[in-house]
Amino acid sequence: MTAMLNVRDLRAYYGQVQALHGLSFALNEGSLTTLLGANGAGKTTTLRAICNMVRSTGAIEFEGKPLSGKSTENVVRLGIAHVPQGRGTFTTMTVEENLQLGAITRTDKKNIVADIERMYEHFPVLKERHTQQAGTLSGGEQQMLAVARALMLRPRLMLLDEPSFGLAPLIVRDLFKILGKINREDKVTILVVEQNAQLALELADQAYVIETGKIVMSGNAKEIASNEDVRKSYLGY
Amino acid sequence: MELFTNQVLAGIATGAIYACMALAVVMIYQAIDHLNFAQGEMAMFSTFISWQLMQWGVPYWWSFLLTLAISFAGGILIERLLFKPLAKAPVLTNVAGFIALFAIVNSVAGLTWDFTIKQYPTPFGSSPFLGSQLISTHQVGMIGVTLLMLIGLYLFFQFTRIGLAMRAAAALPESARLVGVNTSWMIALGWGMASAIGAVAGILIAPVVFLEPNMMGGVLVYGFAAAVLGGLSSPLGAVMGGFLVGVFENLAGTYIPGVGNELKLPIALALIITVLVFKPAGLFGRAIVKRV
Amino acid sequence: MSVAAEDTVTEAPAVEAVPKRAMTLGTGTSLVILAALLVTPVFVKNFVVFQMTMVMIYGIAVLALNILTGGSGQFSLGQSAFYALGAYTSAVLMENANMNYALTLPIAGLVSFGAGYLFGKPALRLTGIYLALATFALAVAMPQLLKLHFLEHWTGGVQGLTVMKPDAPFGLPIGQDKWLYYFTLAISVAIYVGSVNLLRSRSGRAFMSIRDNEIAASAMGVDVAQYKTLAFGVSAGITGIAGGLSAIVVAFVAPDSYTINLAIALFLGMVVGGVGWLPGSFVGAAFIIFVPNIAESISKGLSGAVFGVLLFIVIFLVPHGARQVAIVAQQMLGKLKK
Repeated sequence: MTAMLNVRDLRAYYGQVQALHGLSFALNEGSLTTLLGANGAGKTTTLRAICNMVRSTGAIEFEGKPLSGKSTENVVRLGIAHVPQGRGTFTTMTVEENLQLGAITRTDKKNIVADIERMYEHFPVLKERHTQQAGTLSGGEQQMLAVARALMLRPRLMLLDEPSFGLAPLIVRDLFKILGKINREDKVTILVVEQNAQLALELADQAYVIETGKIVMSGNAKEIASNEDVRKSYLGY
Repeated sequence: MELFTNQVLAGIATGAIYACMALAVVMIYQAIDHLNFAQGEMAMFSTFISWQLMQWGVPYWWSFLLTLAISFAGGILIERLLFKPLAKAPVLTNVAGFIALFAIVNSVAGLTWDFTIKQYPTPFGSSPFLGSQLISTHQVGMIGVTLLMLIGLYLFFQFTRIGLAMRAAAALPESARLVGVNTSWMIALGWGMASAIGAVAGILIAPVVFLEPNMMGGVLVYGFAAAVLGGLSSPLGAVMGGFLVGVFENLAGTYIPGVGNELKLPIALALIITVLVFKPAGLFGRAIVKRV
Repeated sequence: MSVAAEDTVTEAPAVEAVPKRAMTLGTGTSLVILAALLVTPVFVKNFVVFQMTMVMIYGIAVLALNILTGGSGQFSLGQSAFYALGAYTSAVLMENANMNYALTLPIAGLVSFGAGYLFGKPALRLTGIYLALATFALAVAMPQLLKLHFLEHWTGGVQGLTVMKPDAPFGLPIGQDKWLYYFTLAISVAIYVGSVNLLRSRSGRAFMSIRDNEIAASAMGVDVAQYKTLAFGVSAGITGIAGGLSAIVVAFVAPDSYTINLAIALFLGMVVGGVGWLPGSFVGAAFIIFVPNIAESISKGLSGAVFGVLLFIVIFLVPHGARQVAIVAQQMLGKLKK
């Protein structure tokens, strides 16, 4: 397998403050990888650095092409969808308009309509509410909308920033099931940042653990889950 | 009663001017989230360009179209050259930039075309409309064009992909970038469109107020007021606001003793503010709930 | 759902947060500047002295706006109205009641404070652009109100009022201009020191908490309404004192000296000086007094355009105003010391 995304020696800064201290990792095509870590470890910053939303140095390559110097929207246009923390819902627009926005860079008009229908199959609740203002959806529904919107790009790689945040456990389970399905059926490579380590490790096949801006552990998700330290610090038993 | 109806009619006629300007104001507000204080001057400059073209012998409608194209390009150019570098500067610095632009445009127009007032033609004629002395065919034409622009904008924003992208960029720039929208160009496009709409407003207003470099000063204030009254997030609200302000102003001038021409503007503004105290997002605007 | 039509946003404050310590100059720097200001009149012509006096007066008015905007995050385009109110209060008291010029200033301040406080009450419900429009209305109305017929007996109507320019007291051997310079300097220093202390006080912290996050401030028990109106009142009061001073120094008041253009000039002064940085107020005031003259001398016909271009150059180079220059200078000094 070749690495689809290759990150080497990534350092990121917020003003004078350095948030990432030489982070390196790789994602295999078709994999579902999770990035675990405590609050402030640099998980969100890593995702933001991939999309060039924060000042950073180091090399990031996507399918062999360097991403540095590209604007956020041009990174997205390469097929990298990013579901941000807080979901980034366009609250004043309808659910359907949100989905159309996800496909705004695509030119294949006919397929877009079909894709919206497919999203409604994945997430039936969105179909029920497709003319409703997105701001009126519940948190879980907005998270589904955010995932659906990202999928409308027909991404090769999808980055998810704490999709479980603020959601009821049952809804999180549903959501993760769908993510797994998307990964298997639509062949979308997924990188998910999570605090809910248990669920994330159940779902993922690869895992990285990040502490204060550095990768401290990496490997097969099952191995990581059985690791003594990880169990104590992140799984709590 | 007849006095009242007449004043309302006259108010609607002047209101058409404000509605036209307010539409341009809302347009730029949607794109850049600020009120552009130089917008009136830009519209004035566009009107002078069309006047100059006609002086050179270009027929009315051709000069109209050419002016729209020049204004559109000019708006984009101004954004790229002067305001893109200020994108990361504080809001108030941007406002200072608008004031600087105001001074530049006004002064250049004054030097190029001097400050004497000029007649500006109207394609609609200026005979009384349906026998009424208070409203002329030009003013009716103006209302018609404003409504057409309103419908055009509505269709553009609701049903085109680029309209959708512009709305997204204005609402949540970061999220918009994450779906691949080039927000920086959306802003430039917003400037171009606002500038073109302003040009239409200027060309329609010029036959009424006459063409001179300071012609838009008062109009822009009323345009702002109308846009704010109607709700800055709603083009329809802006147009309605324009008519309301026109009627407000006329009725205040007629029925409140001691107002006269001089105090018309402050009274109209005071009324608007009173409305805003009770409806802070404007009559047609969307309320915004803030979170910590 | 009842909130269907509402947007929820977490909005960044419109005015950047300036930490308290960064709002002023160090003691040493302040004293050097004060010393320079004390000796300058000895060496320059009377006209320059007059202009420097005007810089200080505008500086006070810009500072007042800075307390409102930089301090409490509210924005006003109506400062010219409070300035006019102060100027007319002083002028009317001096001409019609024969009051000593120095005594008219506190009254001018109080009258403007009252007006600002009262205006601040309804303005409470307005923020941002809406507040700008409301204050703008005030600025537009003021010259018209001053021209009103039934006030003409006191205000002199369109013609305005001419005021006697005071001589130096106790037979001091200096001219009127120089005396008024020192008089203005004393008041400027007093107001500057007072404002710095105000912003460092409990009230100042309350102002700034409102500026940075109104909802959080009220959750912490800051009486938001009270402090917002208070900020309006204080700002208007200080502006009124500046207006009163201007009436004394210019020896003339007329409605058309206090149009919206004055309010816009004061706003530009604040931006050029740096929003929230009190010493910058005086730098900004110098900008709005001298740069239009410079523009005029470069090109008479295009003076407006030259002014606009100069203003653009300034905001391109230092989008945060003179404060940015001060910060850079401080950093360079810090490096030299090492």
